[in-house]
Amino acid sequence: MLSQNSDGPRQVQIDYFDGSSRTVDVVDREVPYPDGKLIVSRTDPQGIITHANQAFVDMSGYTKEELIGENHYILRHPDMPAVAFAGLWETIMAGTKWHGYVKNLRKDGAFYWVKATVIPNVRNGKLVGYTSVRRKPSRSKIAESEALYATLK
Amino acid sequence: MIYNLTVSPDFAPDHISGWYFFNTWLQRQLGERVHLELYDCFEKQREDIAADKIDLIYANPYDAAMLVREKGFRAVVRPQGKSDEAIIATLASSDVNAVEDLVPGITVATTDDPDVHTMGMIMLESADLNRSNISIEEVDSYVLVAKKLLQGKAQAGFFLKEGFEELSDLIRNQMKVLVCSQISVVHHTLLVGPRMAESIPQLTEALLSMGDDEKGRKVLESMDLTAWEIMEEEETEFMIDLIDTLID
Repeated sequence: MLSQNSDGPRQVQIDYFDGSSRTVDVVDREVPYPDGKLIVSRTDPQGIITHANQAFVDMSGYTKEELIGENHYILRHPDMPAVAFAGLWETIMAGTKWHGYVKNLRKDGAFYWVKATVIPNVRNGKLVGYTSVRRKPSRSKIAESEALYATLK
Repeated sequence: MIYNLTVSPDFAPDHISGWYFFNTWLQRQLGERVHLELYDCFEKQREDIAADKIDLIYANPYDAAMLVREKGFRAVVRPQGKSDEAIIATLASSDVNAVEDLVPGITVATTDDPDVHTMGMIMLESADLNRSNISIEEVDSYVLVAKKLLQGKAQAGFFLKEGFEELSDLIRNQMKVLVCSQISVVHHTLLVGPRMAESIPQLTEALLSMGDDEKGRKVLESMDLTAWEIMEEEETEFMIDLIDTLID
C-alpha cells in the first residue's frame, strides 16, 4: 500500500492564516489514494471539522476523535502555497463551489494527493458550514499541480 | 383524492411485483387511494414530476436532490443497509486490469441512471478520461451495458453494483470489475410531495413498523428490502450537498 522514498523526515514550521503555527515532521512518502472511495468532511463556517467519514480517518492517519473539533488546516502540507487556500476561501465565502488539487499532510508526516471540491452548506438561507469531498486525482493532474505550486511558494 | 406513487426506473425488474404489493399495503395503511405508475425511463418520469403529477416517490439520490430543492418534497425514510454504489467493468479477457489502463478514444456503455453515470465518470477521472475524450453509448439497462462489452462494442461499462450482481452468472463471469465505489452515504429515499404532506406522520409510523408483522415483512422481502429507516431532514440535506460536489 505505501510507497517509501529514501528521504528521511524533515521538520517544518507551518504558519496558519489565523496567526498560529506548528512544527511538523514531513516525510517524502506518498500514500496512494484508494480506488472508489470519497473522503468526506464537514466544517463549521470557521473551518472547524464537525464530520469525518471513515475514508478521511484512514487516509489522514488521525482518529475521528482527533479530527472533530480541529481546524481543517491541520491537513495542510508545507508544499501547498498559502495562495491556493486563499483562493479556496474567497470562492466558498462568495457562496460558490471550489475545485482544486491538494497535497494533504498525514499525521505521520506522509502525504496524499486529492481532487477536492468544497461547497457552502446553506440552510434556510443561512450559511451553516462547508462540505468537502475528495476523490482520486490522475497522475498527470498531480504533476501539473506540483509544478504550479512550486512556482507559487 | 387519488395520490400517485412512482419508483425510480433503476429498480431491479425482478421486483416489479413487490412495488404493486407495496402499493396495496400502503392504501390499507393510509386509508387513501394510491395509484402506482412505473416508468421505463427517467425522462418520462421527470416530465411527470415537473408537471406535479407525483405525490410519493422512491427516488434515486440525484432526483431526490431535485425533488427536495425544487419541488418541495420531503425524504421520510431510506432502505436499511442499502447504498448506491457504481461499478466500472470490462471484458474478462481484456488486457485492461485497472481504470488507469483505459485510454482516450474508448467507448463507455452506460444507462440513463444519473447517479451511476456520475459516479462512473468520477472514477474515470484518475485515467484522465472525460466527456471530451471518450465516446458514451447510452443503453436502456445493465443487461444491455453488459451486452455492449461482450460484443466488443464498448471497452468499459458503468453498472449499479446491485444491477451488476443481479446479472446471470454466465454474463457476469465474462466480465471483470475494474473499480467499485465505496461511498456508502448516497442512497435511494422515499419522498413525499406537498399534496401528501399531511400524511407524513402516519406514513412514517407505518413504514417504520412495516417489518413488525408478517404481511409487511413479506411485502418488504418482495421489494428486496429488509426495513425502512428514518431519514432526518439534515441527513437529506447532507446527501444533497454531497451530490452537489460530484456534479461539475
